[in-house]
Amino acid sequence: MSGKGPFGRIDWITVILYALLVFIGWTNIYSTSLTDQGTSIFDFSTLYGKQLFFIGLAFLGIIFVLFVESSFFERFASIFYVVSIVLLLGLFVFGKKIAGATSWYDLGFFNFQPSELAKVTTALALAKFLSDIQTDIRNRRHQLYALTIILLPALLILPQPDPGSSLIYFSLFFVLFREGFPLYYLGILLVIVVLFATTLMFGTVWVVIGLVTLALLVYTFKKASLKIPVLPVIGAIVVSTLFSLSVNFVFEHVFEQRHRDRFVLWLSLEKDEKKLEEIRKTIGYNTYQSEKAIESGGFFGKGFLEGTRTKGDFVPEQHSDYIFSSVGEEWGFLGTTTVIILFSIFFLRLIFIAERQKSDFSRMYGYGVISLLVFHYFINIGMVIGLLPTIGVPLPFFSYGGSGLIFFSMLLFIFLKLDSNRLKDGI
Amino acid sequence: MKKLLLSSIIVIIGFTFIGRLSYLQLFRFSPDQILDDPAIKKIYDYPERGYIYDRDGKLMVGNQPAYDVMVIPREVKPLDTLEFCQLLGIDKLEFLSKMENARNYSPRLPSVLVPQLSKEDYAKLQEKMRHFVGFYIQKRSLRYYNTHGAANVLGYISEVNEGDLLNNPYYVAGELKGRTGIEKQYEEILRGRKGVKHIQKDRFNRDIGPYKDGKLDTLPKQGKEIHITLDKELQEYGEKLMHGKRGGIVAIEPKTGEILAMISGPTYDPALLVGRERSKNYSKLHYDTISKPTWDRSILAQPSPGSPFKTLNALIALQEGVIDPSTKFRCYHGFYVGNTLRGCHCGGGVRDLNSGIYQSCNAYFAGVFRKIYDKYGTTDEGMDVWDKHMKSFGLGDYLGTDLPTGAPGRIPDKEYYDKWYGDGRWAASTIISNSIGQGEVAATPLQLANMTAAIANRGYFYTPHVIKSVGNSGAIDPKFTTPHYTTIDRKYFEPVIQGMADVYNYGTARWLKIPGIDIAGKTGTVENYIRVDGERMQLTDHSVFVAFAPVENPQIALAVYIENGYFGARYAGHIASLLIEKYINGEITRKDLETRMLEKTLEHEYAKPYSGEPFKINEREW
Repeated sequence: MSGKGPFGRIDWITVILYALLVFIGWTNIYSTSLTDQGTSIFDFSTLYGKQLFFIGLAFLGIIFVLFVESSFFERFASIFYVVSIVLLLGLFVFGKKIAGATSWYDLGFFNFQPSELAKVTTALALAKFLSDIQTDIRNRRHQLYALTIILLPALLILPQPDPGSSLIYFSLFFVLFREGFPLYYLGILLVIVVLFATTLMFGTVWVVIGLVTLALLVYTFKKASLKIPVLPVIGAIVVSTLFSLSVNFVFEHVFEQRHRDRFVLWLSLEKDEKKLEEIRKTIGYNTYQSEKAIESGGFFGKGFLEGTRTKGDFVPEQHSDYIFSSVGEEWGFLGTTTVIILFSIFFLRLIFIAERQKSDFSRMYGYGVISLLVFHYFINIGMVIGLLPTIGVPLPFFSYGGSGLIFFSMLLFIFLKLDSNRLKDGI
Repeated sequence: MKKLLLSSIIVIIGFTFIGRLSYLQLFRFSPDQILDDPAIKKIYDYPERGYIYDRDGKLMVGNQPAYDVMVIPREVKPLDTLEFCQLLGIDKLEFLSKMENARNYSPRLPSVLVPQLSKEDYAKLQEKMRHFVGFYIQKRSLRYYNTHGAANVLGYISEVNEGDLLNNPYYVAGELKGRTGIEKQYEEILRGRKGVKHIQKDRFNRDIGPYKDGKLDTLPKQGKEIHITLDKELQEYGEKLMHGKRGGIVAIEPKTGEILAMISGPTYDPALLVGRERSKNYSKLHYDTISKPTWDRSILAQPSPGSPFKTLNALIALQEGVIDPSTKFRCYHGFYVGNTLRGCHCGGGVRDLNSGIYQSCNAYFAGVFRKIYDKYGTTDEGMDVWDKHMKSFGLGDYLGTDLPTGAPGRIPDKEYYDKWYGDGRWAASTIISNSIGQGEVAATPLQLANMTAAIANRGYFYTPHVIKSVGNSGAIDPKFTTPHYTTIDRKYFEPVIQGMADVYNYGTARWLKIPGIDIAGKTGTVENYIRVDGERMQLTDHSVFVAFAPVENPQIALAVYIENGYFGARYAGHIASLLIEKYINGEITRKDLETRMLEKTLEHEYAKPYSGEPFKINEREW
């Protein structure tokens, strides 16, 4: 331990940003869940009271993390990982069902969600594996190991069912990309998403016509010196066509109606304006109400505790997944942009910190932390403002929920702890 | 590259989010949306709907309180369903399904659970209401009818539908709106203007005071009472006489154009379309497609006018100078068109204008009609002149009354016949039926009454209307106080009116004279056909009568049209005579005549074509 104690070299900029986000989040939870019985903010029967308690727990967790020897996390990463996998498996037997998903252990005073813990441990395990001296990211077999570490918890969480949390693990791919995992995998992923969306919007025929036209254009206007082999291009078009055909099949036969509805809403697949509006107001009720609430905030917002729609409980789940709509209504455009800028600065600061690490483990873990947080932030706010289909993930540090807040905090502070020790690593 | 990947993604996401948020919060935001905000409650203050009085200030339509049982589903606490259902007079299944509907509509907004309780049910329920949390009673105002008649004129009000909500932003779901008749025509006057208060609700759904200090609030504006031109007693009496008969009656005060009575038979009690039984009753009336009680025969039926039309042909011929009152035509118990003899019931012999009218001689008017056309070089010219004269009596087009429905009738013109027969392939003889009011001419009872009023006025009429005065100012639309002059000079009316008076003295209505009142009238007997199951069959003639009285200084002009009532003097003539006596003398002296009309019905005639058996028409016995 360095001479300055456990707080000595901690990155205070990050800590302040973190505290700001938690504080803003809590005020909004307070606003959405204030009831006429509530008198004290420490009333633990209310959501904001409980959240305050969770903030206290998170603080204890942070203190714990900061006092632990930093090599502890690296050394025991594999064990943590195994423990969390076991906990995820245990859910199939001992899990408690809340809102249709078996994602919790009932600890009496508190429902514990192991998938939140697994985010931390998976990030640690991945970093540990990749930073091992014997691991080579360009080795196919090692790539496969890395993928397994990421996908195993995702697969275990999927059938809870909690597809949102499951999807989150894919964000850890950014760690791989940072460490030299070929970027064209990302390219392929992007192409798949684009093909999926365009097939649903325009149909297979137009997608194929588009692809062929694109290929012809490339051949027509490419530099004469540039040689592009024909066969792989034709192959790619054939594969894309097959994929496009399978999209229709999957959409019609594998997806359930509620999944289809989300895509119908997201991509505006329903051509009849009236019907679409109807779907927006019924199936897309949450998003519709949250958009309306945000919209009604205007530039300045309606003021703290003055959001008429927030107060009227018009947005379902507003204290958890839809917390950002409260910011939109009460604090207006000023508030929403402030939060987004805060988050962006926070993330960029974390990247800056990650890049200054001398230890590979610290950097890789840092990237894991950032990827996880950014992904949550992107999917959550994207959904709340109507850019993405409905996927239930919380907004880090904002949304109501104990497991989320505590593990996001520990996730972050383990990284800050590692960072505070970076000089020692270098020696 | 790989170091910048995540940073650039973060920046791109940030810009995308801010872009979307500026679209939502800056572009799509509008300060007005506060009015659609579910957290701003609007409380309406409804003014009372204006009363409707008859021409003598007798109340016809007022208001009565009614009580809707309302529910706010999310506030409902467990209750004794059985007892509640009993109090409401509904069964449990109905109760549950209504609760379900209310919940589907909105858990937090009030829905009507049981509409329009009677005063008695309300009294019983009110004591127990406190046991049923989440329910409350909403007082509303319904129409109260101080008459059993005039449903067709008064019209009714009913809840606004989606179309109304779309077309007129004034209305809010659940409000009432005039649907037909006067209620529709004078909707805005009767309705007034509701007041609006905007209440800011806090997060606990409590009222925390006026929104923006009430700057957007408005006060209610009272609905105005209106007086209509109907004579309540005459109207009710006429409807009584119409019992068991189908047809239309319109009575007009000639010197003002005010409609004194407007009767359609069969009719219905306006109170049927108020209250809880409303929709049941409405369906019953609406789907009665044979007697059609909701179809106002007084302004929508367009039969051939029959012989009353002869008076107009006489006037036109006099105006055109083709006859004078002493011009004579011979009747061969009919008249020849080419080699065909068309019948006449006048008894035959030589007819002049006077006896032509009072004996209703077909041959005389066929001759007159030919002379009108013969004056002009071509039939087309003759037709144009004839048309112009006819239309100056308000025939062949909408009259422009202040009732929301109406029918144009028909005065055929040359284009009409050119289309029918071909250009140049028809002549006066082809269309000779028009001379006696058969053939292609058609008129509503209202048009016939108006035409009679124009004769009574010796050459002009006011557009018939039902509005007498509005509120205190009394002013009505000036179009109802501007006279319309016919194309016939005043001097030509006297001989025709003399003929009409002699209808009562010597003619077809001599049995219907009223002691002490000089009446001028004209009978009409109209052949008619219907199709039943694709088979065309002739039915008993329609009975038509027009009259005005007294001959000098006329106070009432009317047209009576009775479906399948046989000859004009029979049903229509009787009824006209009784109505005139009632209006002018206030009471009926000829009790036997009255009793006969009140008792006799034509149901047996109306049943004939649907009996499936062969039947006789125009039976002598009645």
